Amino acid sequence: MTIVRPYGDTTGDGMVQTSFTLPVPPGPRAEGAALQLATKMGIAPAMVVHSHGIGTDFTFFVVYGSVSHLVDTDLVEVEERAYPLLSPSEVNGAIKSRLHRKLVVMGACIGTDAHTVGIDAILNLKGFAGEKGLEYYREMDVANLGAQVTVPELVGQARAARADAVLVSQVVTQKDAHLRNTRELAGAFREAMGPERPLLVVGGPRFDPAMAGELGVDKVFGRGTTPGEVASYLVSALLPAPTPDPALVPAPAPAPEETAA
Amino acid sequence: MSARLTLDPALVTRARELAARAAQPVIDLAGQHTTVSVERAVLRLAGLEGTDPVTGEGEIPWVNRVVDTVREQVGLEHGVALPVWDAISSGRAGSLQDVAEQVGAGTARFAVPTGGDADRAREAALAAVGAGLGRVDDARRRREELVATHGDPPRRPWVYLIVATGDIYEDIPQAQAAARAGADVIAVIRSTGQSLLDYVPEGATRTGYAGTYATQENFRLMRAALDEVSAELGRYVRLTNYASGLCMPEIAALAGLERLDMMLNDAMYGILFRDINPIRTFVDQRFSRMVHARAGIIINTGEDNYLTTADAVDEAHTVTVSQLLNERFAREAGLEDWQLGLGHAFEINPAVPESFRLELAHAMLARSLFPDAPLKWMPPTKHMTGDVFGGYLLDGFFNLAGMLTGQSILLVGMMTEAVVTPWLSDRDLALRNVRYVLDAAGGLGEDFAPPPGGFIDTRAHTVLGEAVDLLERITADGLLPSIAAGTFGITKRPADRGKGLDGVVVKAPGHLDPATELMEAR
Repeated sequence: MTIVRPYGDTTGDGMVQTSFTLPVPPGPRAEGAALQLATKMGIAPAMVVHSHGIGTDFTFFVVYGSVSHLVDTDLVEVEERAYPLLSPSEVNGAIKSRLHRKLVVMGACIGTDAHTVGIDAILNLKGFAGEKGLEYYREMDVANLGAQVTVPELVGQARAARADAVLVSQVVTQKDAHLRNTRELAGAFREAMGPERPLLVVGGPRFDPAMAGELGVDKVFGRGTTPGEVASYLVSALLPAPTPDPALVPAPAPAPEETAA
Repeated sequence: MSARLTLDPALVTRARELAARAAQPVIDLAGQHTTVSVERAVLRLAGLEGTDPVTGEGEIPWVNRVVDTVREQVGLEHGVALPVWDAISSGRAGSLQDVAEQVGAGTARFAVPTGGDADRAREAALAAVGAGLGRVDDARRRREELVATHGDPPRRPWVYLIVATGDIYEDIPQAQAAARAGADVIAVIRSTGQSLLDYVPEGATRTGYAGTYATQENFRLMRAALDEVSAELGRYVRLTNYASGLCMPEIAALAGLERLDMMLNDAMYGILFRDINPIRTFVDQRFSRMVHARAGIIINTGEDNYLTTADAVDEAHTVTVSQLLNERFAREAGLEDWQLGLGHAFEINPAVPESFRLELAHAMLARSLFPDAPLKWMPPTKHMTGDVFGGYLLDGFFNLAGMLTGQSILLVGMMTEAVVTPWLSDRDLALRNVRYVLDAAGGLGEDFAPPPGGFIDTRAHTVLGEAVDLLERITADGLLPSIAAGTFGITKRPADRGKGLDGVVVKAPGHLDPATELMEAR
């Protein structure tokens, strides 16, 4: 059994602490409303240990109490990302130790799309969602070509700079322009460089991350992607951690039947 | 009276001399160039508003259309004013609006006038732009009247709070509520990426990404709402927005016209953090700062940003260097010391031993080096991890350091930094934190005199010495090559790269910029 309850100061006491605001003027009615919410949240008995008005129409509460719910840790599913999320220093370290030169990353908005918000959020030092952009990574050599770059121009620049990865963002989706542009991008790189082409990564708010194969690119990022996720992906795709040569490692013993479940 | 250090006067003099020498070539460069945004700002000051209803789905302002058309037909080397007012004074167009409509219809024909025609166009341009600067002067006088009527906040630091919903009509009640709860300054954060738009959006806007677009109409609406609440509270509540970016000159002009009180305006932020071309940035920032000087606007510089990317102990001196450069550029543009909200931040890793004493040393260095500047003190962000309880304590120490060292403008830290955009309760708890420290220790600066040669005094002098060393190197190498080599922040920004470069034009002899001419004549 892996059933647990929150721990205050005694095993099984179920104690939790929470705070929230209700759009109710301060007073006994507000405290009653807070207790009602706490009870519905499974906190019983609940204590409103503090409340104060915020302006005349809102009240803030701090509530303590024992929660009736049980937690089964066996039922927890941990969603595995296909690649580990690395910190900037881990990314820099991986590039330094495995590539022995800077990782060359080139970014652009292609077609008529003038919305550089996406590519800038990923590449600019300023970054996005509290994470610095790829320019922050000392071991990356980042070039942001900006908006309305033509596909042939991008191919030429990427080849000249020996780019390891090309990042393209697409915001405008009128008549599926983002999909058309992406297919054109993949085709042009395939034609010009064949298997030597750089890693192709596209992103934008309307992309479905499952479409990479269909579009002919290596990876598609959707809305809300942060620079750290992109950097981590680049490391995993371009510089996988060295694994021991399988020929030299004895095959693992088959797992015993009874623990397989 | 807040605590001060007695800084080595020879070192302070040396630092300012070096900053002036480092800045001079860039100031000269700014004088030799114009940009599309400077030229558009000239038209805005002359009163051209609105967008072309046809081109670009009605999003493109007339000022962009006119400047682009003048550039196509006769180039921008002489400025936009001569060809535009030539069209008006020769009778080919009846008014500035008429010029715009001819551009829209494709019938405008521009020429660079010479001789008597040039004199006539010049007089007409100076009169039109002079009238706009008169409106900026009126706004400044109106502010002075309102401050006299309602009064300034009763104490320092001024409490600075941010609102940012993306919808100006949501921002207004939030800003009014924040003012009632104790905010002295309201900043409306801009929509992500606006700094990279090469035009200023128009009208009241209701959709933004993590912020609200800076538009003339949004400025006007918010200022009017804060005037209302200022009268109610008996305290003039100031409004802040952001000039930095590709449209710095234009946004500065709109801020002057609509009586904004403070503007974020850093000499190098756009270069380092937004990859805007260095020359574009220096030309634009000089013009925008001249407008701020004229409008009586307090600028806020962005040194806090360095410490979000670099280590706050190792790189403390880069903040001092940037403050000295920002001071030099600002004074050259006509800003007075009371308008220099030089920035710095509380960003030392709390796990570093003596981190609070180091923060005090850095804060006192800034206070003592710039005794008359309204310093802007920025809260911790880098080491706010989602541990809201630890964050609340850190914000308390930040507030204490601000009071103790006499900081002038205090941006209120949120314990939910890096978690959510602030909730109603987050702002309320943050203001309670500030009020507690103000009430409990507001006068502590009187009793606080770090001894000469002690930890704080020594650390401050170490940072100042490192700043002087760095300024020596920058002066020797040149500021633009230093930026290209990655001296600030950690990014390399060559002068021939970056966004907005194609909007930079070398001025021809006889170039007319009526706005700069009138502002410099002051």
